[in-house]
Amino acid sequence: MNLTGEPTALLLTAALLLALSGLPGLLPRFAVLGQRLTVTLAVAASLLGGGGLLRLMTGTTGAVYQLDWPLPFGPALLATDPLSTLFLLPLLLVSGCAALFTPTYWPAATRRDAGRLTFFSGLFGGGMMLVLLARNGVLFLVAWEVMALAAYFLLTTDQRDGGVQRAGTIYLLATHTGTMALFVLFALLKAVTGSFDFPPSHTLTPFSPVAVVMLVAALVGFGAKAGLMPFHFWLPGAHANAPSQVSAMMSGLMLKMGVYGILRVFLFFTDLPTWCGWLLLALGGWSALNGIALAAGQRDLKRLLACSSIENIGIVFIGIGMSLIGSRTGSPVLVLCGLMGAFIHIVNHALFKPLLFLGSGVLIHGVGTRELDRMGGLADRLPVTAFLMLVGGLAICGLPPLNGFVGELFLYLGALYDGMTAPLPLVALVAPTLALVGGLAVITFVKAYGVIFLGNPRSRRAEEVHRPGPGMVAPMVLLAVLCLLAGLFPLGLVRLVQPAVGFYSGRAVDWSLLGPLQPPLGPLLLMNGLLLALLLFLALFYRMRLHRLPRGTVPTWGCGYQAPSPRIQYTGASFSELAVNLFGPMASPRRSRPRLSGIFPAPGASFGYRAAELLLEQVLTPLFSWSGQAFSWLRRLQHGRVHIYVLYIFATLFVLMIWGR
Amino acid sequence: MIDGIIHCLVVLLLPPLLIGIITKTKAAFAGRVGAPLLQPYYDILKLLRKGSVFSTTTTWLFRAGPLVTLAAILTASLLVPLGRHPALISFDGDLILFAYLFGLARFFTASAALDTGSSFEGMGAAREVTFSCLAEPTLFVALITLARISGSLRLSTILTYPTPALWRATGASMLLLVAALFIVLLAENCRIPFDDPTTHLELTMIHEVMVLDHSGPAFGLILYGAALKLLVLGALFTAIALPVSTGSDLADWGLFLASMAALAVAIGVVESVMARLRLVRIPQLLVGATILSAFAMLLVLR
Repeated sequence: MNLTGEPTALLLTAALLLALSGLPGLLPRFAVLGQRLTVTLAVAASLLGGGGLLRLMTGTTGAVYQLDWPLPFGPALLATDPLSTLFLLPLLLVSGCAALFTPTYWPAATRRDAGRLTFFSGLFGGGMMLVLLARNGVLFLVAWEVMALAAYFLLTTDQRDGGVQRAGTIYLLATHTGTMALFVLFALLKAVTGSFDFPPSHTLTPFSPVAVVMLVAALVGFGAKAGLMPFHFWLPGAHANAPSQVSAMMSGLMLKMGVYGILRVFLFFTDLPTWCGWLLLALGGWSALNGIALAAGQRDLKRLLACSSIENIGIVFIGIGMSLIGSRTGSPVLVLCGLMGAFIHIVNHALFKPLLFLGSGVLIHGVGTRELDRMGGLADRLPVTAFLMLVGGLAICGLPPLNGFVGELFLYLGALYDGMTAPLPLVALVAPTLALVGGLAVITFVKAYGVIFLGNPRSRRAEEVHRPGPGMVAPMVLLAVLCLLAGLFPLGLVRLVQPAVGFYSGRAVDWSLLGPLQPPLGPLLLMNGLLLALLLFLALFYRMRLHRLPRGTVPTWGCGYQAPSPRIQYTGASFSELAVNLFGPMASPRRSRPRLSGIFPAPGASFGYRAAELLLEQVLTPLFSWSGQAFSWLRRLQHGRVHIYVLYIFATLFVLMIWGR
Repeated sequence: MIDGIIHCLVVLLLPPLLIGIITKTKAAFAGRVGAPLLQPYYDILKLLRKGSVFSTTTTWLFRAGPLVTLAAILTASLLVPLGRHPALISFDGDLILFAYLFGLARFFTASAALDTGSSFEGMGAAREVTFSCLAEPTLFVALITLARISGSLRLSTILTYPTPALWRATGASMLLLVAALFIVLLAENCRIPFDDPTTHLELTMIHEVMVLDHSGPAFGLILYGAALKLLVLGALFTAIALPVSTGSDLADWGLFLASMAALAVAIGVVESVMARLRLVRIPQLLVGATILSAFAMLLVLR
């Protein structure tokens, strides 16, 4: 058998290579060398897999592999199709970038846990690749758990920090609750089709009670992984506490695995019920709006980025919901615009969010804090990082001429088309929702960018910031350039996702279905060019004027105040306060203020502000501590004596055998 | 071709005159003679010839802010039809790009303001981004309503579609739209009752306080950009509010100029007879505008 150049084989080899890439890093004697080797292996895996993807995208069909393993669940199937290609592409790119970022950010020379970090990073990436290649329920669940557990160990890399451990526990609970739902899903799949293998596309009927349970289980299980509201509660803590390149992979890639899972399960069914589309649209809209409102109020950079991930996942689900509604109401425009918007946004979010998370790594490395209000004035000191983060910030706000705009454009087109033609244009509500989300995103990222990079340094550590090494900047440059290119040439982005859209909707993408309404990709290119040309002209004009005219330098005008200090600058919390108050219940701000009597507060009085996580703090934590007390008698089973544990296993097996007779 | 050249000339030359008309109207209401009608032109030309003073805190972003803002608004000005004449560039969904270009402008204006490290400018930037965020849904609901009426997603078709006959047929809906869009117009251009461009206290300003530290040619470009924004959004407004056509190309241009002048006078009148709203009232008015436009949509659905 000739395996060279067979795309599926290449991708499988890459997955294996990536999964094992962390092994050299574990050698305690050669930690530094091992880390270098690890990075080389991980990048090689990315390139190898990239070669496979290239062949897939140029028309080669990937082979299907059947792995006869000794497990009693039937043979494991592995294959590729355009849907997995869509998710594999960002996976390989971002895991390569994250690997490149690691040696400078988490050097093995000074960090004892570097080996653990790179080992689980590789396993994490390899697990995700396997999730995308698996075509059998059991293999899928195995890969899924490898990914989920590797993420847990990555997230809890910093073992001394109680906050990190707590976030890890919450994550573990959330992911296993999700996995439980997936067990239900795949068990029912076996009951319906008689096999754990994924059924061919569009074969199951969605109108049976079993199918409804399957759909709900998929929504809970995969929705929890994607961070869709109301299953998002684990996400801000997990993303904020993980090392930055891990956050980049979690946000850019792992959340997408949830989206992939939902799409894969939807693909089993012939035609999905209407409620499914509306539910996804509603949850997506809620996640987008509530996620960005939460993000606006954050004071911690990585929490802010994490909450904005909830928003972006929401936008993706808006697109998926739109396409489902379109396929039920017989509107090919909604199907095409929804899927295009969702898939393009999946790719885009995997470009700009890792860029921003890697940037947050540079800042944490440089300033030693995640708190926005301790930074400031870094544009002077880290000019390259500042520029790259600006690109990421503009892209994530969906502003032209960057890539974020292209995905949202398709969603707007779908919504406006619905508003134009539908008898009851409810999908049209997507447009004002997205507009509001976009406005809040501008608030959030102007705040983050302004407070971090502009003005004066707000602390001594910000003043004496460390510069990042080239190993940290290079992956960011790559991602930022891709953001720019994808935004300037939107047609490339559309071509990239077109096969996946065609595959998923079951028919080749046919733009003539849209009739007179055509996506304005050519005009967009022209407008981008015009915008840049005008900008260049104005810049030259301004430069010429500046050159000819006298120039002075003075401190910022302070209303005549003679002793300005960096502390009188507007803080991030005050910048977003107006918006946070308006979206009060969503952003859920919690303030602690001293009791005021007299003109001045008493000495030592302090004002505190934080964005609360309502679901976690007011529902889940009380629920868990209540059930912990209520079931405390069960703890007697858990005593640490291993031989009794073995007895448990034996007893369970025995009971099962008798029951199975 | 001729229309295209006139479009460019109007975009380049007309904006400061609108500001002049507003100022003159306000002066007339106050019983003053007021500054000459062409004063904004003199101001901008003077600023382009003046030196600049930069704060020690600022970076390149402070210098880039006014340039990106103006470039974005200029690009948007190519998409909006002036009066009965279609825009220079028109494509399906251009209204989305139109709205987002203003978002780009806002991002850079607010960032440049934060670059000075001044609390005043931070305050202004926070208000600007928050209020614009609330104004955006109104614009989209209004545009969807108009898209439904006209059956197109091109600004040029949407905005040249209204006619007096349409007003007679769907008067209530159009009236609500006009009210909602007028609120958006005033809010987006930082006019009374949302913001007082002539107030003397930094604490109460929005737009003016964001550009406090800009000087020289950059400030000239900012003044021109603000006036251009008024022209662009004003053209959008008058196309719906005064949908009259004479049938002759040149007369239509005259009509457009007259309607813009009328709009400027109307803004001047509003500014003369109203006080600035309290800050907490502004979001209520903006949300109210969204609801008005949603009503308009409902009436069209009926």
